[in-house]
Amino acid sequence: MELLGLYNYWVFPVLLMTGLYAIMSRANLIKKLIGLSMFQAAVFLLYITMDKIEGGTAPILQAGNPEQLYSNPLPQVLILTAIVVGIATLALGLAIVVRISETYGTIEEDEIQGQDAE
Amino acid sequence: MSSLATHLPVLQVVVPLLTAPLVFMLRQHGLAWAATTAASLCAFAVAIELSTAARGGATLVYEVGAWPAPYGIELVVDAFSALLLLMVTGASVFALLIARRSLEAEIPEQRLHLFYAAWLLALAGLSGIVVAGDAFNIFVFMEISALATYVLVAGGPRRQALPAVFRYLVMGTIGATFYLIGVGLIYMMTGTLNIADMEMRIRDVSDLRPVLVAGGFITVGLALKAAVFPLHAWLPNAYTYAPNAVTVFIAACSTKVSLYVLLRFDFVVFQGNQAGHVAQFAMFMLPLAIFAIVIASILALREANLKRMLAYSSVAQIGYILFGAGLVSATGLTGGIAHMFNHALAKGALFLAVACLATSLSATAVSDLAGAARRMPFTMAAFVIAGLSLIGIPGTAGFIGKWFIVVAALEHGVAGALLILPVLAGSLIAVLYIWRVVESAYSSPAGDMATRQEAPLPMLATLWFVVLLNVYFGLQPSLPLDLARSAAARLLLP
Repeated sequence: MELLGLYNYWVFPVLLMTGLYAIMSRANLIKKLIGLSMFQAAVFLLYITMDKIEGGTAPILQAGNPEQLYSNPLPQVLILTAIVVGIATLALGLAIVVRISETYGTIEEDEIQGQDAE
Repeated sequence: MSSLATHLPVLQVVVPLLTAPLVFMLRQHGLAWAATTAASLCAFAVAIELSTAARGGATLVYEVGAWPAPYGIELVVDAFSALLLLMVTGASVFALLIARRSLEAEIPEQRLHLFYAAWLLALAGLSGIVVAGDAFNIFVFMEISALATYVLVAGGPRRQALPAVFRYLVMGTIGATFYLIGVGLIYMMTGTLNIADMEMRIRDVSDLRPVLVAGGFITVGLALKAAVFPLHAWLPNAYTYAPNAVTVFIAACSTKVSLYVLLRFDFVVFQGNQAGHVAQFAMFMLPLAIFAIVIASILALREANLKRMLAYSSVAQIGYILFGAGLVSATGLTGGIAHMFNHALAKGALFLAVACLATSLSATAVSDLAGAARRMPFTMAAFVIAGLSLIGIPGTAGFIGKWFIVVAALEHGVAGALLILPVLAGSLIAVLYIWRVVESAYSSPAGDMATRQEAPLPMLATLWFVVLLNVYFGLQPSLPLDLARSAAARLLLP
């Protein structure tokens, strides 16, 4: 039960390392970016998990219930910002891949290196 | 006026940030350049004003929106940040002064205004990292500057810029994400994002293991962004294929800003709260620093491409800064921090010289420079003086930091004296790789190299101004040293 209760904390490193592995092992630039996105998503999960408490709801003060349990909204706000940053990074990365594809005619890293070595 | 002075820390970020959309709308190259340079000069003036205050021992704290810390966002400017602000804004100004001519040759004219907008965002981001007193704001500013820098590097004229920038983007994002994980773990244990507040609250944390893990993530993530050996793989190609003016800007300041955050975290947040952190930091950083100095210097020596040679030399110089910091003494930190400033001056001048060379030479390899001194005597003379500063000849800026680092190592007795050997070896190798360029450039010219064709006067004047600054701060080092001393005193525990 204890192990399952910490499910998110177990998934976080698994996702993180899966993403990192994809970045390192794939030669296809799009697949690398997918790995990068997973890598970032893992961190979003870490932040979102840490603010959750059992029975907690949105942090809105309810009349007649001053003891209302609520989840900490701050990590959610932080992660909203981090998601935006992640989107910007992904968009820029994809734009670079488009230009690489236009100039090199391929998006496989080894073929690009082969062309530059010539 | 006094009311304006209290807003200086936020103006440092807001001026370039708000000028960026304006520049975006100015479609004419001259206007876009003028607005960018004006905003940069404003930022530089603010940095000078702030450093004057910081030199007097003041620490300026600015509460954004008047919300008190730790609930609100706090901007803090002390001696360390003032020194970094001088570097960042100064590098931007000098790089922009040559950028007008230099970028015209490298970027299509209809895209230039977009390019200057990205430049201002990079400047705003880097300044933001330095002034932010809040760990999450540092992350956001880090990403603003990084995204803008990727755009700037991708503007390079050769197609190799694209794979180089892709690698930079992937590694930069991994570094920033590692940092974010570390900040998250600290937040989990302390409930605060304010760096000064973190230090206080970690004392009350009973289980320090997450904080230890956070220390690892933050240190490695920032080391990746700062191109600490062996995490420097993104740097050489990014510097090499970026437009020349951009290389001047980012080589002078971007890695040092990450190092600044690294030192801030390791010394302010973790040092006092974790048993043995100082020893861990030293044992981790000193070997990396020594490897960086020796291996990157050798790589620079073997490198045929002039810009990539200087880029490897930057990796080696980051080693010197870390070496000084890794000694964890007042002298060592002073030397390391002063070397940040002095290396920015020396490497900035060298890349300015490369940008000037590029105006009338098509050569990118050291061996193709034969006769360059005949063709561009003033540029090459400036290159030689800047090279001496990079090597660390007494009388130039580069000497000061290295001298303090050597003295700090000797304070540790025989072990320190042994550690000094690779540092000195690094300087000797620097002599060799600078000499290769000088030998090639001053050898007899081939073909039309004998006809003189100097860089345009504004570029040459900028180059010589920075070169003379190298000499000035070599003879009169009190400004960087005062700031570095009080920065070191604040970083170390009493």
